[in-house]
Amino acid sequence: MAKDTSFLEKSRQVEPPREAYKWIGKDMKRVEDPRLLAGKGIYLDDVQLPKMAHAAVLRSPHAHARILSVDTSKAKNLPGVILVMTGAEAAEVTGPTASFASPPCPQYCLAVERVRHVGEAVAAVVAQSRYLAEDAIDLIEVEYEELPVVVDPLEAIKSTGDAVLHPERGDSNVAIERTLRFGPVDEDFANADQVIERKLRWPRVGAVPLETCGAVASYDEGTGKFTIHANTSMYNYVGWLIAVSLNVPSHRVNIIPTLAGGSFGSKLFLHKVPTLAATLARASGRPVKFLEDRLDNLMNCDNHASDRVYNAKLAIKDGMMTGISFHVVDDYGAYLQFGYGTHGNALSQASGPYKLSSLEMNLVAVFTNKCQQGAYRGFGSEVMNFLVERLADAAIEELGDDPLEFRRRNFIKPEEFPYRIPTGNLYDSGDYPKVLDEAAELLDYPGWRKKQEAARKEGRYIGIGVATCQERSVFSATEFWFLNPDEAQGFTLTSSPEGVSVKIDPTGKAMVTLHAPFWGNSPETMATQILAEHLTMDPADIGISYSDTDSGLNGTGPGGSRYTVMIAGALTGAAGKIREKLLTVGGHMLEASVEDLELADGRVSVKGAPEHGKTIAEVALHAHYFRLSMPDDPLLTSGIDATHVYDHPLTTLPNGDRTDLGVFYPIMGHMCHMPVIEVDIETGKIEFLDYVAVHDCGTMVNPMTLKGHIRGGTASGIGTAMYEHFYYDEQGQLLNASFADYLIPTLHELPVDLRTGHVETLSPFTEFGIKGGGEGGRMGAPPALAAAVEDALRPFGVKIDELPLSPRRLRSLIRAAASSKV
Amino acid sequence: MSSVTEIKQVRISLTVNGERHEHEVEPRRLLSDFLREDLGLTGTHVGCEHGVCGTCNIMLDGRTARACLLFAAQCDGAEIRTVESLGTVDKMHPIQEAFWEKHGLQCGFCTPGMLMSAAELLERNPEPSSEEIREAVSSNLCRCTGYQTIVEAVQDAATRIREQANG
Repeated sequence: MAKDTSFLEKSRQVEPPREAYKWIGKDMKRVEDPRLLAGKGIYLDDVQLPKMAHAAVLRSPHAHARILSVDTSKAKNLPGVILVMTGAEAAEVTGPTASFASPPCPQYCLAVERVRHVGEAVAAVVAQSRYLAEDAIDLIEVEYEELPVVVDPLEAIKSTGDAVLHPERGDSNVAIERTLRFGPVDEDFANADQVIERKLRWPRVGAVPLETCGAVASYDEGTGKFTIHANTSMYNYVGWLIAVSLNVPSHRVNIIPTLAGGSFGSKLFLHKVPTLAATLARASGRPVKFLEDRLDNLMNCDNHASDRVYNAKLAIKDGMMTGISFHVVDDYGAYLQFGYGTHGNALSQASGPYKLSSLEMNLVAVFTNKCQQGAYRGFGSEVMNFLVERLADAAIEELGDDPLEFRRRNFIKPEEFPYRIPTGNLYDSGDYPKVLDEAAELLDYPGWRKKQEAARKEGRYIGIGVATCQERSVFSATEFWFLNPDEAQGFTLTSSPEGVSVKIDPTGKAMVTLHAPFWGNSPETMATQILAEHLTMDPADIGISYSDTDSGLNGTGPGGSRYTVMIAGALTGAAGKIREKLLTVGGHMLEASVEDLELADGRVSVKGAPEHGKTIAEVALHAHYFRLSMPDDPLLTSGIDATHVYDHPLTTLPNGDRTDLGVFYPIMGHMCHMPVIEVDIETGKIEFLDYVAVHDCGTMVNPMTLKGHIRGGTASGIGTAMYEHFYYDEQGQLLNASFADYLIPTLHELPVDLRTGHVETLSPFTEFGIKGGGEGGRMGAPPALAAAVEDALRPFGVKIDELPLSPRRLRSLIRAAASSKV
Repeated sequence: MSSVTEIKQVRISLTVNGERHEHEVEPRRLLSDFLREDLGLTGTHVGCEHGVCGTCNIMLDGRTARACLLFAAQCDGAEIRTVESLGTVDKMHPIQEAFWEKHGLQCGFCTPGMLMSAAELLERNPEPSSEEIREAVSSNLCRCTGYQTIVEAVQDAATRIREQANG
């Protein structure tokens, strides 16, 4: 809506961006890698405990059914079986699993009375080996009474009676209907020169990491305490909720993270798997490992993502976008883990990089008999990017405009930041024309346009896509609750903090404890580079470890492209305290006052006289062992250590009627993706000829790993756009629950050389001006590819309104267009 | 159903990473489980257990194979190599060095299988073309990287191995 500088006064930035860095901004090789390369990384399945038993789960073959009876007698009699547990038995000791939905939508680690999707867990076996556990699963006899199955989200709106999944929430499968209006919506549409309308369909795809979810749980009868190893994130944020499910106080559960073999959101917070493993451990008296197999993971893990049907309108006045209004039906599947958070998230960047004055969303979230949604790289905002860019492309087509010029004209201008969009969220910084120009230059956009024209004369269909879109980073937790129904309890301002602990040992080495796990990102490398910068240390002198919940500080963990920004904040706080201690102790050793000292090149020394100084190791030794040789000072204790919890850098409350959602996702990344593809109109196959992605993630801590995120994210975005889709048939059977059928891109499906560029506009709110960059690739590729394919098929007048762009879909679009022309 | 537990054990004798092992295994025991659980070689990861992703790739008599699609009993007399045969944290194999240098991994889960595919290629073809590398890497799934840095890493590894051979 407008530039708003008032927020700059609220900036808590301690470390402004610098002209030059020693470690930040360098392509440092990753600290994590040696052990991963040597096969020595400890992932969940590598955890082995004495006397550990193994669990397997019986899953529902029906999409919707009442469980009439479960006969476990044969399974129990199988030698080697330790425990067989049904949903009803589990519910006697363990309550519903953690959920963030309001009103609640109870879900159990083993289904109770009713199954609501194919693959839902019905019973579990603990046995001496996984083999025996799976043998026993086959011996469990379940009697079901089938119920009407709801698969189509538009049909779900009309469900009543037995077709309703959660009758206790009312006689409907509509989980929520909510309309939010921001700015002069009616006025903008009444005054429009053109109103562009599109119906769009975003497919159900999933994060699908190569490692599934798992937990190894044990229960100590002596202390009444659970120990749970799991590949989950958010264990130091909401891990205590697992204790609530287990009906024990939270100090009786210790969660120990393992390395996660990829997450992409799907391991944001495991609830079913660790709750089940712990329940089985308590009942069997044995440590229990439960690791999903691939079928478990594809059918029942929380990695299914947004599944949306849009009816959208864009108002145009004098060639400028003024308002967007959309109706969206989102198929959440059978349960609601994160409430309507993906729609809250999408509203953080609902106007894209453009100057809009109004926005309207009518959301209908429905339950169907499918696996529930979880988080996946973009968390709903990648879909919003698709919507905004499809509308922009439709406007360009209708106005006969140029894709670059139209965007340049509609962009928020570099001098207009910080900028508040109609929903109330703030965009902290950006230079969108620069990103677009850099992408166009890197691609040689005019050159490709000429090649496209020449190719078309030869009967070849080359298309160039342009997508300019947002990557909001660093979430404030308000997005998880502000869409809750009016009658639901609101909160005062929530944070999503990140902590760190740092100590310098007597030999001068730094030990950093992170309070969030590794899940495929580079937390150790980020922390090493940032701390080395702060303390002027050699990165080789810094070690990293991960806390468990017993020792953990607040740690929200990776997700929403937040970790690098947040750990930089935490480390800035901790390093400030460490530096102060180093200078204080160094001052006593050097008999100089602290104001005359500086920390540089790993030494505390007198300003202007670096030869008069002590190394960090010398100061550390003194601080650890010779405290009493220094004057009495209650603040001067032995050792050098600090903890710091960094809160969200800038967030404000939504207002009561939600006409202003407040600032909740202000650290705004941006990107321009330009793929060049060729469509074989005979087969519908798409081939990449070139691909350029230019991103702005503020100050880059490690350009090499950031490029890795952009390329890897783009690869998964290409999967979403062209190959992936969870196909449920009308009976609710998931038809492609294997890697043979659910098509993750292999190398051959991706561009040979995905060329990247960077523009650095610096955040005025975060330490060093860093912005997040973990999700961007996936948030830019789908709209860019839709545009490219539409551009390639322009001679046919084909419109791309639905993903994935499978050969079959393209062939049917081409056939339909060709026959309508005859 | 008691027959399930009366399955006869099979005696196998095989060489893994240069070390001779004699074991009794159930005929149905997967090679991946045998390596990971019976021999403690947890560097070999299991991604899909149906032979698509290549995460569990090992070297069986000099050729890569999916350890999740083999029974340990089939490997009697075989010579097997796993990621642990390549190098250690302190003394990496040139392929591992190259993956580190070129950022050929992120979560690291597919990496051991990817390294074995690379090792097979470079043992058979020390100077592969870019197309040959792409062909070899395409047998494995990676969800993190987009593969480009993996291809660069294999190219770089070929150079490193040649340079080492030339002293």
